[in-house]
Amino acid sequence: MIKLLFFARLREDLGTSAEDLALPADVTTVATLRAHLMARGGAWASVLANGKALRVAVNQDMADPATPVKPGDEVAFFPPVTGG
Amino acid sequence: MPTIRIQTEDFDAGAEIAKLRAGNPEVGAIASFVGVCRDLNDGESVATMTLEHYPGMTEKALATIVDEAIARWRILDVTVVHRVGELAPTDQIVLVVVSSGHRGEAFAACEFLMDYLKTRAPFWKKEQTPAGARWVEARGSDDAAAARWTPGRKDAA
Repeated sequence: MIKLLFFARLREDLGTSAEDLALPADVTTVATLRAHLMARGGAWASVLANGKALRVAVNQDMADPATPVKPGDEVAFFPPVTGG
Repeated sequence: MPTIRIQTEDFDAGAEIAKLRAGNPEVGAIASFVGVCRDLNDGESVATMTLEHYPGMTEKALATIVDEAIARWRILDVTVVHRVGELAPTDQIVLVVVSSGHRGEAFAACEFLMDYLKTRAPFWKKEQTPAGARWVEARGSDDAAAARWTPGRKDAA
């Protein structure tokens, strides 16, 4: 299992803030996880399509498409940050 | 010991500055920055603003940014306080305080901390305007400000 988290605009557009996902065999990286979620279609496909407006963290560190994803990881999807 | 706090309640910048000065005769300079909620953003009046964050990662990201500042400048102590939840114009949002022996290091580290906080710490602002609620868009100028501190850039500090 991995824990998925969604924040800010992504949380609203996807209608969920968290999900436990049994890690599919073909998901080994951030890029393959994103493709897996986009394959659900609907909001998943459209919200996750805009890579420019998407940031991903694995275990609370900023990640890139090649970052590995393994069982037990916490993977968060969110827009570019706007604090301060 | 750096202090990093995420909180809904307001902060007292004077009290936080006094804490970095208290009992440390090495302190010769304290620089501070306070970010404040404005009533206007991108041409729309802002009634209130809600700040969301990623609990856990926020603290981790801020600790990493503070460690980087400590590695780059001879600074004595750092305090970062960032509010979350609902805020209104004139409310304080964020406080960064840096103490050091001399002003140059304190000024530079304080600006670095804010530039990195704005581009690396997982906070998001949502504004309530007369036209409805909207998420604040990230600004390219904030990325440019943070990039100034990257070693190897000709304009790096």
